[in-house]
Amino acid sequence: MRRVSRLNFVALALLLASMAGAVLTLRAIDREPRFSAAQEALYVSSPKVLRRLSLGYTGLLADIYWTRAVQYFGRQHHNGARDYRLLAPLLEVTTELDPRIFPAYEFGANFLAPQPPAGAGLPGSALALMKYGIEQNPNQWRLYYNLGFLYYTELKDYAKAADAFAQGAKLPVTNPFMPILAARMAQHAGEFDTARMLWTTTYESSKDPRIRQNAVEHLLALQVDEEVTQLEHQVEKYRDESGRLPGSMIDLERAGLIRGIPNDPKGHPYKLMADGRIEVQDPEKIYFITKGLPPGASPPQPPREVHPDTK
Amino acid sequence: MKSDGFSAANARIGYIAFNTFREAVRDRVLYNLIAFAVLLSGAAVLVGEISIDIERLVVVNLGLTAVSLFGVVVAIFIGIGLVSKEIDKRTLYTVLSRPVRRWEFVVGKFFGLTGTLVVNTFFMALGVFLALLYVAHKFDKMDLWVLIALYFIVLQFLIVCALALFFSSFSTPLMSAVFTFALFIIGNLAEDLRGVAEITHGAGGWLATAMAYLVPNFSALNVISQVAHGDPVPGRLILYNSLYAGLYSTMAISGAVLIFQRRNLK
Repeated sequence: MRRVSRLNFVALALLLASMAGAVLTLRAIDREPRFSAAQEALYVSSPKVLRRLSLGYTGLLADIYWTRAVQYFGRQHHNGARDYRLLAPLLEVTTELDPRIFPAYEFGANFLAPQPPAGAGLPGSALALMKYGIEQNPNQWRLYYNLGFLYYTELKDYAKAADAFAQGAKLPVTNPFMPILAARMAQHAGEFDTARMLWTTTYESSKDPRIRQNAVEHLLALQVDEEVTQLEHQVEKYRDESGRLPGSMIDLERAGLIRGIPNDPKGHPYKLMADGRIEVQDPEKIYFITKGLPPGASPPQPPREVHPDTK
Repeated sequence: MKSDGFSAANARIGYIAFNTFREAVRDRVLYNLIAFAVLLSGAAVLVGEISIDIERLVVVNLGLTAVSLFGVVVAIFIGIGLVSKEIDKRTLYTVLSRPVRRWEFVVGKFFGLTGTLVVNTFFMALGVFLALLYVAHKFDKMDLWVLIALYFIVLQFLIVCALALFFSSFSTPLMSAVFTFALFIIGNLAEDLRGVAEITHGAGGWLATAMAYLVPNFSALNVISQVAHGDPVPGRLILYNSLYAGLYSTMAISGAVLIFQRRNLK
């Protein structure tokens, strides 16, 4: 009897020790650089073949491919990669297997078209994905919104953007901003308010934290671009009135052109440069801005994501 | 005195393992599966003929996948019957009435089954290498990585055998097959499961993380696509995978021993 209980104790201790060991080994395996699962996805890159191979379990397979698409983008972004060539086929496979998986279209509209490292730099693939989505789900306003968004932000084709928003506005269930966006595209496409409305709609209608964060960063960039434009306009006005450039922001304030020293969205005061330009204090902290940068600087991009394991 | 007892236990385990191996080899199902694997490798050659420039890729992918799947099927279907068959035939009582302890019986069965699978894999691997020679007309340095992939497949079999034996220690053969096969499928999606756990918060996240670490991780043992492209396998991965398979099998076999010790065999 004692021998049996001793044996049970040994077996239990062995079980717990090997379980702990297995978990620790698995964590070590996770840290090893290996062939990515998403790369394997290209072995069967034809969505039609995959649909047949799935034996009818297309929903589950679509979910797996969708997870892989997000993981692939996250991993490439984390590694600072500029090559996202698998993102388009992964999203195509996902939506072919389940054409009603709407987050995939939204993800495609936001991250397929922008140039690396913010996105894959594949506007053609993004456009094809949106058109396929609308073909499969003609009553979803969000897909027309994504198409219009793509035409507006990446392709700068305001007429087609207006057309996409107008079509979405006609649907029985739609977003109240759709007809307004359609109307604004005709005459006010290049204005800050139009862009702000678009990014606000993206922020409010999306549940994806990456897309929402991207929208917030674009909204902050728009605020800076608009404020810098206005401040530079006031500097011009000051020069026209006094015949010289202002020496500091205080000169503008004394002339009654501004109220107080304005701050950027990060709380730092804008800088007035000797040549009359306006710059932000720390250009690397406000992403996507096109104004307020030192001469020749390109718009700053968000930093690489930091994986919890690599902190 | 103690070392005498230890070597006697080893001898008994070895005897049970050898008998398990002999019984499995006699089983015609095993021979049929080997024939199927060889046939599949033949099919790989055929596909290689009609694929342009990717003959080697197709042969390695198809051949190694066949070795893995056929081996897993053998491991599950023999593993689940190891205990129940002995009870049905009443041979277990004869074995246990001799100075054979229950844990020795379980461990012996495990080694017998893994031995069978190693021999089985050896013949299937031979088929894969013959197919490779047929399409490429010579062996390449990168074919050595195919051997590593085969080693990982054997490690996969170790875990599947241990799991089949664990489930068969308390469940019916049918349910044991279902449980083991389900864990095999989940284990192949283990990395996706860990990916889901990483983005899930709260209690759901904890549960998903616990599940992800508890199920066997077969995805790390699958380097078929990598070696098909001739990419090397890091030495540390070989070490970690060996360690992991050993530890996971020990865990499952310890569980099987614990349950089998308490099982009422009357």
